[in-house]
Amino acid sequence: MPPVLTVRDLSKAFGAIRAVDGVSFDVHPGEILGLIGPNGSGKSTLFNCILGQLAPDTGRVEVNGRDVSGRRACDLNKLGVGRTFQQLSVFPQMTVLDNIIVAGQEHRGTMIGRLFGAPDAGLTAEADRMIEFFRLSHLRDEMAGSLSYGQQKLVDAAMAFMAGPSLVLLDEPAGGVNLTMLANLKDRLVAYNREHATTFVVIEHNMEFVMALCSRIIVLAEGRVIAEGTPEEIRSNQTVIDAYLGG
Amino acid sequence: MRGTLRIVFLLLGLGVLVVAPLGQGNYVIYLLCSWLIFTIAAMGLNLTLGYAGQISLAQASFMAIGAYTTAIVTLAGWPWVVGMLLGVVECLIVGLLLGFPALRVKGHFLAFVTLAFNVLVFLVSRNEEWLTGGIYGLSGMPRPSVLGFSTMKQLPFYYFTLFVFVVFAALMYGIIRSPWGRAFKALRENPIRAESLGVDTRRLTLLAFAIGSAGGGLAGALVSPLVQYIDPTSFAFGHSLRILLMVVVGGSGYFFGPMLGAAIVILMPEFLRFTEGYYLMIYAVLVIVLMVYCPSGLIGLGAKLRDLVRRKPVERGDLKAGAQL
Amino acid sequence: MSEFLQVVLSGLATGSIYALAAIGFTLVWQAAQTVNFAQGEFVMLPAFFVLIALNWLGWPLWAALAFGLVISVLVLGLLFKKLVVEPMLPNTGLPLIIATMAVAILLKEGAKEFYGAEAQPYPALFPHTTLSVGGAVVSIQDILNILVSLSVVLALTLFLDRTRTGRCIQATAQNPAVAEILGVKTRRMVLYTFLINAALAALASMLISPVYLAKFSNGETLGIVAFIAAIVGGFNQIRGALVGGLLIGVLDNLTATYVTTTYRAALPLVLLIVIILWRPQGLLGTSEGRQV
Repeated sequence: MPPVLTVRDLSKAFGAIRAVDGVSFDVHPGEILGLIGPNGSGKSTLFNCILGQLAPDTGRVEVNGRDVSGRRACDLNKLGVGRTFQQLSVFPQMTVLDNIIVAGQEHRGTMIGRLFGAPDAGLTAEADRMIEFFRLSHLRDEMAGSLSYGQQKLVDAAMAFMAGPSLVLLDEPAGGVNLTMLANLKDRLVAYNREHATTFVVIEHNMEFVMALCSRIIVLAEGRVIAEGTPEEIRSNQTVIDAYLGG
Repeated sequence: MRGTLRIVFLLLGLGVLVVAPLGQGNYVIYLLCSWLIFTIAAMGLNLTLGYAGQISLAQASFMAIGAYTTAIVTLAGWPWVVGMLLGVVECLIVGLLLGFPALRVKGHFLAFVTLAFNVLVFLVSRNEEWLTGGIYGLSGMPRPSVLGFSTMKQLPFYYFTLFVFVVFAALMYGIIRSPWGRAFKALRENPIRAESLGVDTRRLTLLAFAIGSAGGGLAGALVSPLVQYIDPTSFAFGHSLRILLMVVVGGSGYFFGPMLGAAIVILMPEFLRFTEGYYLMIYAVLVIVLMVYCPSGLIGLGAKLRDLVRRKPVERGDLKAGAQL
Repeated sequence: MSEFLQVVLSGLATGSIYALAAIGFTLVWQAAQTVNFAQGEFVMLPAFFVLIALNWLGWPLWAALAFGLVISVLVLGLLFKKLVVEPMLPNTGLPLIIATMAVAILLKEGAKEFYGAEAQPYPALFPHTTLSVGGAVVSIQDILNILVSLSVVLALTLFLDRTRTGRCIQATAQNPAVAEILGVKTRRMVLYTFLINAALAALASMLISPVYLAKFSNGETLGIVAFIAAIVGGFNQIRGALVGGLLIGVLDNLTATYVTTTYRAALPLVLLIVIILWRPQGLLGTSEGRQV
């Protein structure tokens, strides 16, 4: 099967700083790929280039075999790419239910069709299922802004998954979340991946989280890939230890 | 059940609107018409600003476009409907154009661009005498006759205005209740997140301006036969500000906010007449106090009080920067 | 040619006064994140304070001017900051815009109610004599206006760049959190910014009222010009606002004399739209973020 995501020779420089320097990798369907590296190694820049927020200087990004370099975020989403954000990722003055419905409605029919169709675009049942999957049913009608940080992260993930993407990029999903919620989050992500065979790419700093969640890990340093392998291989890789995991 | 209660209130409200002008003098009925017309303009702006989060200080200039178009058309002998439709279409197009700056800049800058646009429209309406009558304006616009009934008298004209208002409000409600409304709110709350979920924020921003401006145009089309005299000063920047205040004071982003806001802006001066010139100053102070203590307007104030009673959780201020638990 | 010089010079004169209003507006925007939609009224009102001292209290001109300056700084600087801006922070979005607009209404109606709706005669600060320079008739008032404004701008720039307090104000503008950590009393710096703006507006008022007369409705046009000058010139640089003011003054005069009087106000507006859409940081501004 063709890779879900292909990145080839991606480079992005800011002035003299080469944030991303000739990065290439494939992401295979159904896997959970971790992207780790010290601060400044280019992970976020790489993400932003893939997701259309930044235009890469050189290189190519393909999703399901299609060249998507430089496309707008909403177009990428329609092509089956979802993402979560590090911060401020929900719609605070809308209910959790509405947050999730909006994530799915743009994939239902045409814009004009939605104007004349049902107010919930027929998505209430599906949204409720998603809310239940993330164990947020008791918060269904609460304003998303009144939720705790960890709960908002769950809603964020639910939104990213709602449209049934084939690829989801998660940007530091574990950041700022307490241990209990973290376990819950990891459990839900693994369950979702298993049930729907959705491919994940995860940027993370929380080593425990990454090692437990991901099936394969790519290590970036100074904009370049320095290692690639299973969690065990990475943990024992000397180059990685020197650059990142620390002595 | 909440749904039936809401319908009962709506019908009651409609009933009040129907009986309100009965037995009142011409001036009061005129005020009521004015209130409904400005509610239309404010509801339009509420879509752009309250629901979609795009600031516009140009709503009065769209009223101008609607008013002048309707005036010119009706003075030439054509039916009001033609003028109104033409004016609304013009506003849709011009509003769409005004949306393009909103794609590039937001907040204060967008406010300035729309302000400048308003003043430019004012200048054109003041200078192009051949079209707009210049500073002398246009006068003597005939009132429409509806199904054979003349609206020359104030009372029939009120019911005509009420009819247009109800139709417009229903259309607005339909838009806001549909997935479009949800998408507009997403645009307001977190445009980057919305874009990443497949919401075409560009198209939506342009639409927000187009529809909101069309509301202004419709209101203008009604002003023309109401006052039967329009001149450029009726649509100067100060009036855009008034409409903005209606939206914000009533409650931006709430459906009936504009109606409440318009009532306050239009009817309050009548009650405060005894204070003579000072009422505007009192009003300004009240607005400042409201903005300090309850920026979400009067309906927002009501919602806060209701939540206090119900003890619902409030949006956490400390999460604005993503703090740790 | 001599007519051209005249037009340019008198444009520079009005422009230098606009620049004062624009600089104050810029300072407050950058250092205090407040977009003051009442700036025009801030320039309109001090003239009335002066008139009150002159006509109601019977004071001599110099005392009236001092009175006007002090009251302006207190009311438009201190009170404005404490009563309107401070309670609203950190909500600097739409509510603050509305609040400053309401302040504009308050000041405008206040002047109208408490003093009068007609344009009030206002004493000239400088003699109305003219010079003849190379065939052009040059007004002493214009020259002195330019000199006074430029000296004030120079003094302000020196203050901001060379004194400790001035640099603290700049630090507060660039990065309030870091400035606070470094020991800068940011709240006081913000207060100083408002006081400086009030003083600049008062000065602009004193220079321009002899020309426009004191009228409660002056604020609208003055405000728009201040905004346009600040944004077009480059609103995160003092010299940007200065250049903006001078540019608008000269362009306005040139347009009125050589192109059209009815649409003279359109040029600055179109310029504003073009600059905001094409180069939002203004002609001289840097896109680096806040600084003064």
